[in-house]
Amino acid sequence: MTTGITGTGQLTKLAFRRDVVVLPVSVLGTVALVAIVARDLRVLYPTAAKRLAVARTGGENAALRFLFGRLNGTSTGALTAWRFGVWAAAFAAMLTIFIVIRHTRADEEAGRLELVGSAAVGRQAPLTAALLAAVFASVAITLLACWWLPVLKLPFAGSAALALSIGASGLAFAGVAAVAAQLSKTARGARVIAIAALGAAFVLRGVGDTDPARLSGLSWASPLGWVEFARPFGSAGERWWPLAFSLAAFAVLVGAAFALAAWRDHGAGLLPDRPGRPAASGFLRGPVAMAWRLQGGVLLAWVAGYVFTFAAFGAATKGFDSVLGTSATLKRYFLRIGYQATVVNAYLSAVMLLAGIGAAAYATSAVLRLRAEETGNLAEPVLATATGRIRWGLSHISVAVGGAGLLLAAAGLSTGLGYGILTGSVSTQVPRLLGAAVVRLPAVLVLAAVAVLVFGLLPWESIGLAWSAVVLVGLIAVFGASLLWPPWMMDISPFTQIPRLPGGTVSAEPLLWLCGIALALGVAGLLGLRRRDLGDFGPSGLAARIRTYIEQSSGG
Amino acid sequence: MMNVIEVRGLHKAFGRTRALNGLDLTVRAGEVHAFLGPNGAGKTTTIRILLGLLKADTGEATLLGGDPWHDAVELHRRLAYVPGDVTLWPSLTGGEIIDLLGRMRGSVNAERQKTLTERFDLDTSKKARAYSKGNRQKVALIAAMAGDAELLVMDEPTAGLDPLMEATFRECVNEERRDGRAILLSSHILAEAEALSDRVTIIRDGRTVETGTLAEMRHLTRTLVEAELLGPAALEGVAGVHELTVTGSLVRCQVDHAALDEVLGRMHRAGIRSLTCRPPTLEELFLRHYSPERPVAGVQ
Repeated sequence: MTTGITGTGQLTKLAFRRDVVVLPVSVLGTVALVAIVARDLRVLYPTAAKRLAVARTGGENAALRFLFGRLNGTSTGALTAWRFGVWAAAFAAMLTIFIVIRHTRADEEAGRLELVGSAAVGRQAPLTAALLAAVFASVAITLLACWWLPVLKLPFAGSAALALSIGASGLAFAGVAAVAAQLSKTARGARVIAIAALGAAFVLRGVGDTDPARLSGLSWASPLGWVEFARPFGSAGERWWPLAFSLAAFAVLVGAAFALAAWRDHGAGLLPDRPGRPAASGFLRGPVAMAWRLQGGVLLAWVAGYVFTFAAFGAATKGFDSVLGTSATLKRYFLRIGYQATVVNAYLSAVMLLAGIGAAAYATSAVLRLRAEETGNLAEPVLATATGRIRWGLSHISVAVGGAGLLLAAAGLSTGLGYGILTGSVSTQVPRLLGAAVVRLPAVLVLAAVAVLVFGLLPWESIGLAWSAVVLVGLIAVFGASLLWPPWMMDISPFTQIPRLPGGTVSAEPLLWLCGIALALGVAGLLGLRRRDLGDFGPSGLAARIRTYIEQSSGG
Repeated sequence: MMNVIEVRGLHKAFGRTRALNGLDLTVRAGEVHAFLGPNGAGKTTTIRILLGLLKADTGEATLLGGDPWHDAVELHRRLAYVPGDVTLWPSLTGGEIIDLLGRMRGSVNAERQKTLTERFDLDTSKKARAYSKGNRQKVALIAAMAGDAELLVMDEPTAGLDPLMEATFRECVNEERRDGRAILLSSHILAEAEALSDRVTIIRDGRTVETGTLAEMRHLTRTLVEAELLGPAALEGVAGVHELTVTGSLVRCQVDHAALDEVLGRMHRAGIRSLTCRPPTLEELFLRHYSPERPVAGVQ
């Protein structure tokens, strides 16, 4: 294992160079989230009595234990570790998974490692360099959290236990990713394997935590479970030895990855390559079928993510009222976002708003696939057949619209089921929340139509502009209500115009208006598409003039 | 006979870059027409205008009797296209892409598609992401030639093919010609045009500099002869020998095809130590015939 690592230093430097922005931002972001949660919990539950009330409901609710893990005490630190410890560990794991695969299998698949491998570089050097980058990220998270949490007046021992648990989870999953990168021939496949392992670890721990008395073994089998077993800030004192499990897992997995890497051929995977269909199925006839085929895989992943996330949100609803009950600030926050009389409806309305914004992000990305096809020279062969531009445009727009509808339906259904099963009211909750979710569709369509408009009229700027619209709407939704932004600002977001369901009153008028606006924007975009040149040209007339002006005035 | 492509005085600018500057191009029915020019001359831009992907600024373009911009969909049923830079959808297999493009064009000849797949030796069950550049090219070629198009538009179709597959490609082009299809074949390799085409159009800087049959362009297809000789060969003044340079025992000249026998005979008598004969590359031709210092020859 010590042979073949020549050149690791250079490759590690290269890895840091390529990740010079992403790495620090992700490390800082992960730790900052922990710090924000700790600070918020201190502000929301300042007294021991309030914390005890939260701990009681939180600790006793199986759904909340599934989501967050088990509670080891009633201090602010213990609540922080409960509310965000497992999740921060999952974030750290995701970070190291992406780092390791990005610098191993992704480079190998793209042929970049071939170039590197032909230089004086050992065959284990790329894997070693990627692992060093991942270890660096884990250590940085640990050190930063060790410094930051005590600054927030949390005890040092607990802070260290939490920080080490999060970092150790990053290490363990760096090992998982290193093995996954050897198994699959494609970077995408490797990511799926590693993320599936992370998902399995989450579910294993979650199920184990719903019944700690009987199913504890399941939690012990999950690397994410080791975070709660380290008992950061626990009333019974920290336990350090579960950390050794993560380190052992890291060592074993890395050893396995090196052995596999030494054994396999360059470019090859260990999982067999599945051949596809030698001929197209009858379904694959025209541009619409093609667009669904091309985007189907990603949509399926979104739907799966939606079902899981919103089932969890729904399941958390039951404990929510009682948790909130002790914090007037948080209650006010939710009542404002949800504009509802009761906290449960306000919470569910906020959840549905989130579902809507997520669906808008999906629809925007699905529309912008048109631009990716255009600049990737993939529109050309299609448009050189008897497929008109409008039909081609509508093919991907149909995925955006259909996919957004599917996502909203999935959100409504799974929230309704998650909440309904726990409260024994499936038959009332499912239709109620399904309606609350689907009513967001017109607002989603407006944002998709904005993407169509800029794609048709300002293709070069379309990606930036379309995503800016989504981000703006997201900011208005998250901060606007709680920070009491002025009404004209709130009105920019199409979601502000939507009836606040569940619980609010419905009127068809704003929905029809939004649909009309979406239709007008979409038609304008398609007409623009019909008139313009196709291909990857620079900025449009106006933007080009502005750029030239800036260049001239800054250049001299 | 009707012309399948008729282009007159085509202009197209991208911002301040002028891609086409009054380009003319005529492709007759049933002919293989080579569209030659160095990189950046405007070949791809012309083809994209003919496919209705770009809109010309000024000038006339007629394709199969219709307007390439307004009648795009109708015209595309009757033509097939091989892009210059073949990218494929990584998650689809080669077979799926061939079928899909054929179905979207509206004409699929299953028998022909099968024969072509066998001749080009393509594994159609592989995902496109696993294909090499040559295999991607094969997918585009099979998809285009499997239909019953009246016109084939091919932008540098042999890029990435190995010599064996290039030979197969040439056979296929000859069969297409026999079936009466017109082919517009853009290239920057003169030898390819020479082997395949009936007529040639040469463009440079967005303008047509030469057009005609290969016989009319014999002056472009001289052979470059380089030899190391044992004695003097007395090539000075022989008809059909151009740009002769003699450096010691090294002789370098360009020879018209008609004079080749005579020149090699003289060299043989002088005694040959080494000999290379090759056609000039298009770049050499352009340097010689169309370099900026010289007046542009043969403009119509």
